[in-house]
Amino acid sequence: MAAKSTRTTLILAPWIFTLGFFAIWEAAVWAFGISRFVLPAPTAIAEAIYQYQAQLLRHSFHTAWMTLAGFGLAVVFGLLLGMALGASRIIHAGTYPLLVGFNAIPKVAVVPILVIWFGVGWQPPVLTAFLISFFPIVVNVATGLATIEPETEDVLRALGASKRDIIMKVGIPRAMPYFFGSLKVAITLAYVGSVIAEYNASNVGVGNLMARASADFNVPLLWAALIALAVLGVIMYAATALVEKRMTGWAQRSQFASQ
Amino acid sequence: MSAFVDIHDVTHIYAGSEDGQPAVEGMNIKVQEGEFAAIVGPSGCGKSTVMKLATGLQFPAKGTIIVDGKQVTAPVKLAGMAFQNPVMLPWRTTLKNLLLPLEIVQPHRGRLRSHRKEYEARAEALLTQVGLAGQGSKFPWQLSGGMQQRASLCRALIHEPKLLMLDEPFGALDAFTREELWGIIRDLHAAQRFTVILVTHDLREAVFLADRVFCMSARPGRIIAEREIDLPRPRDIEITYTQEFIDIVHELRGHIRTARDAA
Repeated sequence: MAAKSTRTTLILAPWIFTLGFFAIWEAAVWAFGISRFVLPAPTAIAEAIYQYQAQLLRHSFHTAWMTLAGFGLAVVFGLLLGMALGASRIIHAGTYPLLVGFNAIPKVAVVPILVIWFGVGWQPPVLTAFLISFFPIVVNVATGLATIEPETEDVLRALGASKRDIIMKVGIPRAMPYFFGSLKVAITLAYVGSVIAEYNASNVGVGNLMARASADFNVPLLWAALIALAVLGVIMYAATALVEKRMTGWAQRSQFASQ
Repeated sequence: MSAFVDIHDVTHIYAGSEDGQPAVEGMNIKVQEGEFAAIVGPSGCGKSTVMKLATGLQFPAKGTIIVDGKQVTAPVKLAGMAFQNPVMLPWRTTLKNLLLPLEIVQPHRGRLRSHRKEYEARAEALLTQVGLAGQGSKFPWQLSGGMQQRASLCRALIHEPKLLMLDEPFGALDAFTREELWGIIRDLHAAQRFTVILVTHDLREAVFLADRVFCMSARPGRIIAEREIDLPRPRDIEITYTQEFIDIVHELRGHIRTARDAA
């Protein structure tokens, strides 16, 4: 009985907390008489969302599309590079400083270069999403491969297993929880990347919508776009988390994780 | 008759060893085919190194190692191994874990797909022999430590290896489970007559199971005593309480003490 009611509370908790957050926001705006130019109340934002729904929907789809394209590239490239790094200590030692250095560059700074190369269009958002999100995938896949238990390796090598056998039979399945874990980080990063690029170098997308709204001082639309971004982000994260749970249920067996 | 495993005058220094001191030095071990040998010694004496050398995972700096009439120059492929840590793959069911060696070793590797039923039946039979009948569909992490260790023994034996290498396989188990597993490995050995090299620091375990016990000195490991155990087989766990058994354990204990004092 107690366990069941805890479960229900857990399912309801995100909704209660989210609603509470908006309620406090609304109350604060009214109580302190904050101008809608500085901080619109949630109801005002909801109004704006309703008013601009067609625009928001169209731009959100575009942003989702850009994000997924860049994310897809990052997954393929990240997996391959991560496997190379995990399998070979020479490649690992050789490329790691380069990778870290590259990752340290703020990707906003790369957008102008992409614009010079490709002009304004779909390429800057996709490529920015890709560049910003592949690093966690590489690092996680490489870690998963590099941390095979030495005993497992001994058991297989004593049977005459080749390096390739060990990577296929043990390394890759073992790296999967790390890989799917990194996808949750990567999808959010990819999303940030595509929005930044849209803001600076695109004619469509939520980023671009925000750039125009802010130029017009259309504050409610700006906030409506922010909320749209947040909702889209939650959806993408949840989808990735669901895939992770499906694919690597064996790794999530501890009571600790399920509580 | 030449020995099945013949480690002759072997010295081994690990690459990257800090002090350059050998892990084992001037080691001689001969194990006949079908024999159950045990290697005992103080911790850190290089017992596990012997395992790695005999299976071709490491190659000696000096000396020769012959297994089954051939000098070891590559991983031997005819060995099954089990360790203190059962190292089952958590994403595979217990049965699929057992089949893993068959996905590596020829001729099974080529036959596995077409003869899957036959191999699964063999795995089930092994599980039954170690008291895990019907547990094959569980994941290893759903099994207790003792059960995982039994499954790990099955995995080491699934491809019917001629040589079984055991590196303190019962070290992490409680005393009762350990004695139960002694019985299981004793019965498996009696039924299939593979050659066993058991590395352990438990003298009772060595005397109970082995035909021949080698005592190692502290690092650098050397063989300081070799003792044939002529207790009649099959041995019951009761034998461990007889005076004869206790005397042998005591004698071996003396060798280990000398080795530790010398270090």
